[in-house]
Amino acid sequence: MSWVIFAIVFWAMGYWANYKLANGAHSQSRLVKLAVPVIFGVTIIAVWEGLVRGLNVPHVILPPPSSIAERFASSLDILWVDFVQTFVKGALSGYLIGCGSAFIIAVLIDRSPFLQRGLLPVGNFIAALPIVGTAPILVMWFGFDWQSKAAVVVAMVFFPMLVNTVQGLAATDKMQRDLMATYSASYWQSLFKLRLPAAMPAVFNGLKIATTLALIGAIVAEFFGSPIKGMGFRISTEVGKLGLDMVWAEISVAALAGSAFYGVVAIIEKGVTFWHPSQRG
Amino acid sequence: MRSILPILAVVSAIVLLWYGAAVSMNSKWAQDQAKRADVELSFSELVADTWSQERPRLPAPHQVVSELWKSTGEMALKGRAFSKRSLIFHGWITLSATMLGFVIGTGAGILLAVGIVHYRVMDMSVMPWAIASQTIPILAIAPMIIVVLNSIGVQGLVPKAIISAYLSFFPVVVGMVKGLRSPSMDQLDLLRTYSAGVNATFWKLRLPSSMPYLFTSLKIGMAASLVGAIVGELPTGAIRGLGARMLTGSYYGQTIQIWSALFAAAILAAVLVGIIGLIERSTLKRMGMSQ
Amino acid sequence: MNDSPVIEAKNLDLTFETNDGPVHALKGVDLTINKGDFVSFIGPSGCGKTTFLRVIAALEHPTGGTITVNGMSPDEARRQRAYGYVFQAAGLYPWRTIRDNIRLPLEIMGFPKAEQDAQIDRVLDLVELRGFGKKFPWQLSGGMQQRASIARALAFDADLLLMDEPFGALDEIVRDHLNEQLLQLWGSTNKTIGFVTHSIPEAVYLSTKIVVMSPRPGRITDVIESTLPRERPLDIRDTPEFLEIAHRVREGLRAGHAYDDE
Repeated sequence: MSWVIFAIVFWAMGYWANYKLANGAHSQSRLVKLAVPVIFGVTIIAVWEGLVRGLNVPHVILPPPSSIAERFASSLDILWVDFVQTFVKGALSGYLIGCGSAFIIAVLIDRSPFLQRGLLPVGNFIAALPIVGTAPILVMWFGFDWQSKAAVVVAMVFFPMLVNTVQGLAATDKMQRDLMATYSASYWQSLFKLRLPAAMPAVFNGLKIATTLALIGAIVAEFFGSPIKGMGFRISTEVGKLGLDMVWAEISVAALAGSAFYGVVAIIEKGVTFWHPSQRG
Repeated sequence: MRSILPILAVVSAIVLLWYGAAVSMNSKWAQDQAKRADVELSFSELVADTWSQERPRLPAPHQVVSELWKSTGEMALKGRAFSKRSLIFHGWITLSATMLGFVIGTGAGILLAVGIVHYRVMDMSVMPWAIASQTIPILAIAPMIIVVLNSIGVQGLVPKAIISAYLSFFPVVVGMVKGLRSPSMDQLDLLRTYSAGVNATFWKLRLPSSMPYLFTSLKIGMAASLVGAIVGELPTGAIRGLGARMLTGSYYGQTIQIWSALFAAAILAAVLVGIIGLIERSTLKRMGMSQ
Repeated sequence: MNDSPVIEAKNLDLTFETNDGPVHALKGVDLTINKGDFVSFIGPSGCGKTTFLRVIAALEHPTGGTITVNGMSPDEARRQRAYGYVFQAAGLYPWRTIRDNIRLPLEIMGFPKAEQDAQIDRVLDLVELRGFGKKFPWQLSGGMQQRASIARALAFDADLLLMDEPFGALDEIVRDHLNEQLLQLWGSTNKTIGFVTHSIPEAVYLSTKIVVMSPRPGRITDVIESTLPRERPLDIRDTPEFLEIAHRVREGLRAGHAYDDE
């Protein structure tokens, strides 16, 4: 019972603190903007811990954060192996291959408005489909190991990246292209000096979307078959064993990996597109 | 409409490449069979064989289409549309979970967005998490949710719907917040000169301005809900639904079954997003906001 | 004033085919521009002044009549990099510093690196932006960005400068200042300048020749040779001579129905 009271009190305190901060004098400062969501997150975890323990929720249904943390700390080696298998070998390689080829193909079809008019609608259509469904087929072709997972990732990231890059290359306005014409610039000069730099914001938008898709693709593909390692594999087997604290530990790794991956791409974006209004705040 | 020709060209090219790939990928099996029977295959016999195997590595387009027809239209004509082998049946299972989840997720998302736009506390505490959650592979939670809910007796439709709801929730929140905040300062100031309250501002300005953003989020949310429902059918070895169909197909090596289920899912996704698109076009046209 | 023609247009026609039928952007345009002229084109929207400038720049192609630039076709002149073009918006690349923006045409045209830097310094001085080379465009005001755009057009020493309402987006005080600077620049470099504007005082203040145009079809209504001296302080805009020329311009616009309702 005391746990439940703890949860309620913590919630009240957290809410009061955030209310004061959000409506107070310094609500626009960077510190406060960081503190409020952090307090919110910590409050959720504390309430979670309190309610699960206080209401005696069975740990196989919903483990408290403390036991998840314990499992996390004691399984670092397994978590690391799973991480390497799924993220490094599956998601990352698929990401690089998929985004790289999409970028190159977008540049290649740049010279053909006919191809663009055909590929763009088809690409948009394919990007909206449940591509994860191709996982069993790709497992059949590429085997159980990380190659099929990378293949699923390539299938998932290729079309969104292609569509974004093509849109980016079209982002220059007529005036800029006229200016290039007055210099009698060649197609390649115009491409490298004007259109590629101008395309970077859209390209990075695609790269950021692709980071999420890559991780999802790699994990879900493992639900369809995998050697005895990998985050998706671990999740589905531990779920079968009702070892939910391990599942949550894997999910935490996935969450960390996902946000870190996105964060790295966002940092690179800030460097490359420093000039764009969205980066200048 | 001048896009019709290029689209047709691209699609025909894809179909042609597909047929060619089917020949090259299925030929090994065909050659092995022929060697066992001590028979030499001519080229045209090889091609014909690779396009009509029972468990091909890569089914030819017409094989997929005919299987699709056999398990949908043909069955419907025989009055067995909802038998266990019909893709209409499986599609319906997946669709109902998708729709339920989509409605819940969208409704909750819009409500949360309204809260975020009007209450500072919610904005500063929840919004960063909503944005951050888009970088987290939420789909990885699917098996857990299914199993946990099953163990407390909630089975079948609802757990899948919850996954779908969760997947459509965040895109809708982020999109709606952007939309509700899209009116310019000038617009908001004008309403203030009329002494319009928060309610009036919401219904007369914010909500109408958010329509384009809402529809974009709906399309993303719909596609995500469908994927969620499909993935939700995987963990417990479900036997009903399009995802289940793909899973059983992969267990028993029935590749044509996998492909036809995948195509059925794709068609379902296209139809659902297309319907939203149609509603979008007519709504925006009536509001004079069509591009 | 020299009498060698830089631009010669004879009976120039340009008709666009649009969804709403053909648009006669230019009809029967006869005009000669000599070396060292400062020619303004003034008229309401749709009178063809921008179109004519673009034809000179080989950004549009006429459907009838002839036009030569430096004695050759506009396309040939463009290939020989005979002119610098200044658009209404500065159009600087936000990912390049001001220096590197000015460097852009020099890179494309293959100037050697040492010469590039020398040219950049020279034109930065001409437009009085000396200390701002390392800044990015969004760190500069609108007027300064437009000056940088002009510097870019001057960087490769083309004898012909084509300017399409370059000061249109700026406030009047900045505009006055830039007008003065442009005249000084013209005086010291002796370039031939084609200048499109909406503003009567600007056209009269800057030009040696004013071409009044009117729409539907786009045509020349009047060509006025200015009697004002080459050296002009801003105060000259209050003199009777100035007002007389401005009056003549206004009459030309009225004759071309510029002041009628649509």
